[in-house]
Amino acid sequence: MAHHAHEPQVTVLPPDKAKIKKLWTVALYLLLITIVEFIIAFSVPHEYKQLRVWVFVALTIVKAGYIVGEFMHLRYEVKVLFWSILIPIIFIVWMLVAFVYEGIKMPVFQ
Amino acid sequence: MGASYGKLMMWFFLLSDAFTFSGLLITYGLVRSSHQAYEGLVSTFTFSTEYWPVPEKVFEAVPFLHGYELPLVFVGIMTFILIMSSVTMVLAVEAGHRMDRKAVEKWMLWTIIGGVTFLSCQAWEWTHFIVGTGVPTMKDVFNTETGLWEQIPILGANLHVNQYGPQPFADFFFFITGFHGFHVFSGVMLNFLIYYNTVTGVYERRGHYEMVEKVGLYWHFVDLVWVFVFTFFYLV
Repeated sequence: MAHHAHEPQVTVLPPDKAKIKKLWTVALYLLLITIVEFIIAFSVPHEYKQLRVWVFVALTIVKAGYIVGEFMHLRYEVKVLFWSILIPIIFIVWMLVAFVYEGIKMPVFQ
Repeated sequence: MGASYGKLMMWFFLLSDAFTFSGLLITYGLVRSSHQAYEGLVSTFTFSTEYWPVPEKVFEAVPFLHGYELPLVFVGIMTFILIMSSVTMVLAVEAGHRMDRKAVEKWMLWTIIGGVTFLSCQAWEWTHFIVGTGVPTMKDVFNTETGLWEQIPILGANLHVNQYGPQPFADFFFFITGFHGFHVFSGVMLNFLIYYNTVTGVYERRGHYEMVEKVGLYWHFVDLVWVFVFTFFYLV
C-alpha cells in the first residue's frame, strides 16, 4: 500500500528480563496459593467450617492483592489513583458484613 | 495526575463493575446463610431441597471421565486456564511498552486462546449442570387437577427446578457464573479487536500500545472476579 512509505521508524527494545521473570513469579505464587486452597479443601474436615472459611477468605485476598497490585500494576500507579480505587472497597466490605449478618439472623428458611 | 485519562476511566469502570459483582456475591452470601446448612457427614451427603448443598459434591464431574467422582478438579483446571491467560496478557502489555509488535501479536493470540478455552469449559459445565446426573431429587408439586400434593423426580437444574438443593442455589449459579462468563466473552471480543489493530499496525503508527494496557486491565479484572467466584461459590 502507498502509505507504507510514511511508516514511522520503530525502535524495538529488547525484552525486560527482570520484569518478565517477576511476572512469572507472581503467576507461580497464584498457582501455589490455589493448590494450597485445594489441599485445605480436602484435608481440613468440614467440621471446622469457620476455620476453613476464614483461611479461604484470607488466601483469596492475597491472590486479589497480587492480581491488582502486580498484573494490573496498581501498586506502581500514583498514590491518588491507588487510594481512589482502594477506599471505595470499604463500602463492599461493609455491605458484605451487614448482609451476611442479616442472613444468619433471618429465620425465614430455617 | 500521572495516569492517562483512558486508564483512569477504565479503573473507575472496573470499580463500578466490582460493585455489581459484589452485589451478586453478597446476595448469594445472604441467601445462603439464611438457609439450613448441611449438618451430616460429607461422605454420606445426598442432594435435598431441605438444605444448602456442599459445593464439592455438586461440581465433581470432568469431561471424558464419566462416572468418576473428581470434586472441584474441572473448576481447578478452569482457574488455571484463566490465570495463565492473565499472564500472557501482562506479557503482551510488556511487549507493547517495548514497541515489539511481533511479541504483542503472539501474546494476544495466546490470551484469546485462553479465553475461548475457558468459555468452552464453562459451556460444558453448564450443560452438565442443566442435564443433571445420578439419583433424582424428589420435589413436592401441587397437582391442580386432583387437588393433591405429589412427589416428582427432578434431574438437573434450571430456573424452575433444582436437583442439587434449594432453588436459589441453581439461580445463583446461573446468574453469577453467567454474568462472569458474559464478561469473559466481552473480554475475548475486546482482545480480538486489540489483536486485529496490532496486526494491522494501528498502534505502531500511533506510536504507543496503551490500548493493550487498558484492555489488559479489563482482562485481569475478569480473572480477579473469578478468584472470588471460585472461593465463594465452589470452595466455601
